[in-house]
Amino acid sequence: MSLIGEAAELRTGLPGAGDLRLAEPSLATVGDYLALLKPRVMSLVVFTALTGLAVAPGHMHPMIGFTALLCIAVGAGAAGALNMWYDADIDARMTRTARRPIPTGKVKPGEALAFGLTLAGFSVVTLGLLVNILAAALLAFTIFFYVVIYSMWLKRSTPQNIVIGGAAGAFPPMIGWAAATGSLSLEPVLLFLIIFFWTPPHFWALSLYRTEDYARANIPMLPVVAGDPATRQQILRYTLILVPLGVSPWLLGYAGLVYGLTAIVAGALMLVLAWQVFCERRPAERACRNLFAFSILYLFVLFAVLLVEQGWGGLIGRLLA
Amino acid sequence: MTLDIVMNKKSQDDGIVLTEAQKRARRSRSIAIALALGALVILFYIVTLVKGPIVLVRPI
Repeated sequence: MSLIGEAAELRTGLPGAGDLRLAEPSLATVGDYLALLKPRVMSLVVFTALTGLAVAPGHMHPMIGFTALLCIAVGAGAAGALNMWYDADIDARMTRTARRPIPTGKVKPGEALAFGLTLAGFSVVTLGLLVNILAAALLAFTIFFYVVIYSMWLKRSTPQNIVIGGAAGAFPPMIGWAAATGSLSLEPVLLFLIIFFWTPPHFWALSLYRTEDYARANIPMLPVVAGDPATRQQILRYTLILVPLGVSPWLLGYAGLVYGLTAIVAGALMLVLAWQVFCERRPAERACRNLFAFSILYLFVLFAVLLVEQGWGGLIGRLLA
Repeated sequence: MTLDIVMNKKSQDDGIVLTEAQKRARRSRSIAIALALGALVILFYIVTLVKGPIVLVRPI
């Protein structure tokens, strides 16, 4: 018997072994593997990490900065691939995710698992060797948190899944800051808190007009478990916490007037949209769609202004001087 | 018997014969892996040059 045959026989004795099927030839292309990395999520992770890295004090060689961002991007992609491996059954039942590489059969679950683990290992080790240990440790913890704490545990067991699990998406600015300074302080924690409290209104707005999708997949999202009005109330509550947090870097002196004014205006718009969601009732969903779309813009604008204003010793200040 | 004949016979015995589409997909994946490994080597080389001798100083 060949080694491949023995390995296949061994796998058939393991739980979930039918999913691996590594001996079967694959038709997966490079594009399918890139789709496993969740490129859109990755771009937001890279952007927030870049902000954390750029606003951090001190000098950093551009090549080291590029290396840090590359490792953070690959680590985020690895977490995405591992999430798709574990959630393949859920993804197949949801309209939004049914065309992902694993549900469509383009990539086998075992391939996605091996791909994710390899990239996770390479990204953490490379960040540790070429940048610093603290940033690598934070990246490793972020991947662990997203895959094990969020995907494997919280997502299927509690309506607070995206509240606690949102921490995974909030870590990148802290990793960027740690990559630049080798330490942490209040400023990156504020950036963490902004993303942490931004996540629930963002995802609950989406889940309000995808409730049937989540219910079909047996995911206990808040609208499925607590109902529509309770979710709209929670969105408003979290937005009320988010808006002052968004302004806080300016109030505490970490950001300038341009950031402060932007945060106030964008925060006011965010509150108006959250209030409209609170007042709206099913089957209407326009306010939910508006809030979901604007929340992406809100986070992007806040971090972009902070990046331009404070990044690399204050770009705006240097241009005006 | 040449190595090719031995491998072909073994492949037929195992029942795994790649189609043209599978061969193309495998080739594109192999090229991507090679490029990624090459990029990693270049990355380590450049960062070592950038950091200089301090690259050997690694306090825990």
